[in-house]
This record gives sequence, C-alpha cells and structure tokens, in this order.
Amino acid sequence: MRLVSPLNRVLGLGSAKTGVEHWWAQRLTAVALIPLGLWFAVALAGPDELNYAAVVALIQAPFNSVMLILALFSLSYHSHLGVQMVIEDYVHTPAIKIFSLVAAFFAHIAVAVAGIFAVLKVAFGAAA
Amino acid sequence: MAQFRLPVNSRVRPGKTHPAATGAGNPRTFKVYRYDPDGSGPPRLDTYEIDMDACGPMVLDALIKIKDEIDPTLTFRRSCREGICGSCSMNIGGTNTLACTKAVDDFRGTLKIYPLPHMPVVKDLVTDLTNFYAQYASIQPWLEARTPPPPDRERLQSREDQEKIDLPSACILCACCSTACPSYWWNPDRYLGPAALLQAWRWIVDSRDEHTGERLDALEDPFRLYRCHTILNCTEACPKDLNPGKAIAQIKKLIAERRH
Repeated sequence: MRLVSPLNRVLGLGSAKTGVEHWWAQRLTAVALIPLGLWFAVALAGPDELNYAAVVALIQAPFNSVMLILALFSLSYHSHLGVQMVIEDYVHTPAIKIFSLVAAFFAHIAVAVAGIFAVLKVAFGAAA
Repeated sequence: MAQFRLPVNSRVRPGKTHPAATGAGNPRTFKVYRYDPDGSGPPRLDTYEIDMDACGPMVLDALIKIKDEIDPTLTFRRSCREGICGSCSMNIGGTNTLACTKAVDDFRGTLKIYPLPHMPVVKDLVTDLTNFYAQYASIQPWLEARTPPPPDRERLQSREDQEKIDLPSACILCACCSTACPSYWWNPDRYLGPAALLQAWRWIVDSRDEHTGERLDALEDPFRLYRCHTILNCTEACPKDLNPGKAIAQIKKLIAERRH
C-alpha cells in the first residue's frame, strides 16, 4: 500500500519533456507514404505480366530502387511508431512492456535493413 | 497485460423488476445499474417501469421519481437540474451525458442507465472522481503571472482575447468527455484526459497568463498529452457542445510550433 495523495499520484515522475518528436515523425512518415504508396501501385501496374524477370527489371530501374528503399524506410519507421504506441497503450506489466518495446524496435530495424539489402542486391545484380 | 473482460464479481446480472402501477397511461421501461458495496453480490440491472404521464420530461426526472416513489435506495448525484453543476453525468442509452438535460423522449424503447464508464463505482450511479479532480488540479487551473497587476485596476484583456477563453471556460467538469475516451480508459493514471487538457488549453490561451511555456513543458509528455489518438469521443460526448478534441490538437500544434 502506498499512502500518497491523489495529486502526488497524478504528478508521478513529472513530464518526460518529449513526445512531440514521435508525433511529428509519425505525421512526416504518413505524408511521405502517400506519394510512395501511389508510386508503388502505379509501378506494379506497369509491366504487362508480373513475372520474375519483369519484377527484377522494375527494381533495377534506378528511380524505382530509390523509391522502393524510401518506401521501406518510411513504412518501417511509421510502423515502429505505431506499434510502440499500441504497446504503451495496452501493455502495463513493466517487464513485458519493456521486452515488447525492445523487441518491436529490433524487429523493425531488422525488417528495414533486410528489405533495403534485398533491393540493393537486386539493383546491383545481374539482369534476370 | 490488458484485461478485456470484467472480473467475475463485476459482471452485471439481471436484477429486480418494479412494474408500473395498473392504469399507467404512458409506461416507459428503465434499466438502471445497481451496485451496493455494503450489500452482497455483484452489480445488477434493475428494471423500473414508470408512467411518463406523471413524470417530468428529463431522465433526471425519471430517476428522482424512482427514488421518491419506488426505490429510495437508488443512489445518484444531482444538484442544479439545469446542466451547470455537472453532477448528474452518467451513461444514458450508451452515451455519456447529463441526466438533467437529456430528454427521455430522445430515446426509443427501454432506456439503460449506467454510471460513467471505466470509473470505480462508489454506489449505483455514483463514481469515484478523485483521480479526475487531481488531474484537473495538476494542470494548475489558475492565473500564473510575473507582471504584478496594475495597482488601480484589473488586468486588461482585449475582447477577442476574452472570447478565446469563453468556450473552454464553459466546461463544468462533468467528466463525460474523459470517461468516453478509450485512451483514458486504458491509461487513466498517466493520460490527463480531454477535460483536464481542455482546461490546460483554457490557461494556455489566456492572454493574461505568463506561464504558457511552463504549461506546455508540463504537458509535453508521451502519456499526459500524446496518449490522445484523436478518437474524438470527447467532442461527441460533451453535453455543453465544447470541443476538447480541438483544444488538444491546438496544444500539440503549439508544442510543435515552438521547435521550428
């Protein structure tokens, strides 16, 4: 039992003096994903047939490589911010919360790096 | 982890039924949440049938009739009966609102009345608002100035500056908005909630207040302010037609603005 006043409990550990960066980054990545999403849809609709060779050729075009890397970066970043928010909202057991936050952080970086590496490998590889 | 079902002893069961007297001209059925901490057993939903021909038009009139004529143990807060004290806030027909300004005729069929959602229940429709009031106190709802007031008159404010605080000042702290907010349900200990944030905005936007920076500093926190996910149940619920959602957005905007 803790005998603390209600105001004491509300004031807690004080303001973290942060949060605006998270809010701003979430909006920036959301805005970035609008043109990137449109480009992705248009690019996929481009080839007559979406076979292996066509997709490799698509990714190897320099503009498409850059756009794909930007999309992977924005999507992973945006997803990480969202998943972090969901964990903070719903997970209240301290140990599970910290573990989930760390796991989400590493998972998103791993996905982003793997995706970007895949694009580079295709972009700098031989034509199919 | 998050708990998605109520504990067994908190699940609401059917309760007693009090039928209308024979010869009632215009009977309406009310189902009211009942919980007695001193009694035995879990909360229940009691059914009351009331003759609306012999009752005032508002939900509060019906509750007072039940307490006067059918069941004096029914407990609820009420005072002004004109939407200015904020005492009779409760969940009526699925919406948080004031019993005194909500007409029974706004609903069809059986009307269900519950206490404000996700708050500790003291008894029946009375919830414990201690944390809610402490959150209001934490935003320092008073004028903070460094410049001493003029010796011969009050602090002056232009008419347009005064109008900026008109609406947020009309908040009656009934807690309808905060207790309608899912984000407040999950984190009531750390998220200040729309009511406290609307009042924070009321002092931030006050042209006479000289602690705007400190107020923004205190709010710039992932939980206190940024737990708001713009669900906007707050604005939907407000029985005074205020816009806490917009006030929160404006606080976020000011905090973003001062960085660039």
